[in-house]
Amino acid sequence: MSSINNLEEIRKIIDQHRKWDLAFTVAGVLALMIAVVTFIVLFAHMLIDGAPRLSWDFFTSFPSRRPEMAGILSAWVGTTLVMIVTAASAVPLGIGAGVYLEEYASKNLLTEIIEINVTNLAGVPSIIYGLLALGLFVYQLGFGQSILAAGLALALLILPVVIVATREAIRAIPVAIREGAYALGATKWQTVIDHLLPYSSAGILTGIIIGLARAIGETAPVITIGALTFIAFLPPAPIKNEFPFLSFEWLTAPFTVMPIQMFNWVSRPEEAFQFNAAAAGLVLVVMTLAMNGLAIYLRYRMRKTIKW
Amino acid sequence: MQIGQEGQIETITYKSEVKNLNFYYGAFNALKSINMVLHDKKITALIGPSGCGKSTFLRCFNRMHDLYPGNRYDGEIILYPDDVNILAQNVDPIEVRMRISMVFQKPNPFPKSIYENVAYGLRVRGIKQRAILDERVELALRNSALWEEVKDRQHDLAFNLSGGQQQRLCIARALATEPEILLFDEPTSALDPIATASIEELITDLKNKVTILIVTHNMQQAARVSDYTAYMYLGELIEFGVTDTIFIKPKNKQTEDYITGRFG
Repeated sequence: MSSINNLEEIRKIIDQHRKWDLAFTVAGVLALMIAVVTFIVLFAHMLIDGAPRLSWDFFTSFPSRRPEMAGILSAWVGTTLVMIVTAASAVPLGIGAGVYLEEYASKNLLTEIIEINVTNLAGVPSIIYGLLALGLFVYQLGFGQSILAAGLALALLILPVVIVATREAIRAIPVAIREGAYALGATKWQTVIDHLLPYSSAGILTGIIIGLARAIGETAPVITIGALTFIAFLPPAPIKNEFPFLSFEWLTAPFTVMPIQMFNWVSRPEEAFQFNAAAAGLVLVVMTLAMNGLAIYLRYRMRKTIKW
Repeated sequence: MQIGQEGQIETITYKSEVKNLNFYYGAFNALKSINMVLHDKKITALIGPSGCGKSTFLRCFNRMHDLYPGNRYDGEIILYPDDVNILAQNVDPIEVRMRISMVFQKPNPFPKSIYENVAYGLRVRGIKQRAILDERVELALRNSALWEEVKDRQHDLAFNLSGGQQQRLCIARALATEPEILLFDEPTSALDPIATASIEELITDLKNKVTILIVTHNMQQAARVSDYTAYMYLGELIEFGVTDTIFIKPKNKQTEDYITGRFG
């Protein structure tokens, strides 16, 4: 076996092994390109088609039968209001459930089954949530085909994301910090409120934003509930000028959202509407990317201030 | 009782007495029938090879094992002068932790300001008045020899301190609530020699203020700082006595082997 010590031989073998490095690099870059290029092409296509339609009027006009007059006012207002309901319900429920599972629940078979199911819930097709919401919120609880029903349906959809993000953010806190708090005589609640939640807030917030970014583009459950495709009025304003100044009538108002507005325009035969759809899609993608960007920024800032 | 230097009668008082303590991680018997005492306002060191149960023993004193399922105590740790068994079912572990503080192996300051770190134990006790908090925080920082270094930046993040300073901050945090016993779990194992020396000096200075129980891997450290030493092996207390005796004339062959470095 003289070849093992032969430098020439060794170099040859190394060169041969290096070939696999090169081969994988090429394959990896190709795989990456397929994802990136597809997105860029789609986005560019949308940009070329939609950008000329983007104007102040496009944001402040209701949909119309004439494509050049049509806008996304009712759609973006609807999306915003639905997202407010979604965030307001998914955030406390998700954080509460996550904290309970991580800090309070005793570890036994039951909690293990619950944990597995929470993770699995994230994979349930969104239309199923739509059907659930239709039966429960729209009919059983009588919320009607309203912003409230849609917001709650989307909240159910992103609840697993928030729960998992909360648990992971809490779990990332070192045991020593948690024990440090308990060793000073803190109760579970004090440990959670004074330490675990503040230290995991950036991670939890990231999860919430990613969840909302998913919810904002969801179409199926909102259609199932019965969002309108053509709507030429806004929900009642949440602020009134007489006492008690706040109004929650908007919760029960009919509505539409951005993806449904898009879908409606895409299915029109007139070509001009396709440009409207592209423009609406552009707004939606920018909204989603902005939310993801915010999540990335928060994560970056958390890593800078808190190093375990 | 014994006669003190100036002819006065000096009473030997126990702060705590461990009676037939067994501890179980699930089915594993980690501590086996331990009997020993903690002398009031003295330093007691726990030494022994890795895995001998010294940290497990230490963590019984503040009921840290209650945080995890499947752990079980059997036996008594009596706290004097009120003669309460802190392992009893009806004793709230939180109450125990308020009386007995702990400093951990690695410095574990909270990602909060220096001031808030020290004040946290006080806040847990419901102290809200700024003046009292300020005063207690300053006293604790002085007692942990950190005041001069941090008095002008108490509201800086604690993570900006050096490792040794962080550990002194953790000691200040544990001292702020005026505990009856202070537990140290290998407090210098993550520190460099200079920081270690300053922590050792601090522990020696604290002796007259509080009863101290310290786990250490470092036998020189035990010899330098402690008044009493307990040698543990495989969950058993092999020998316990005055530090000088243990180090110079141990009664037990195993203790001697460990101390002279023949094993461990």
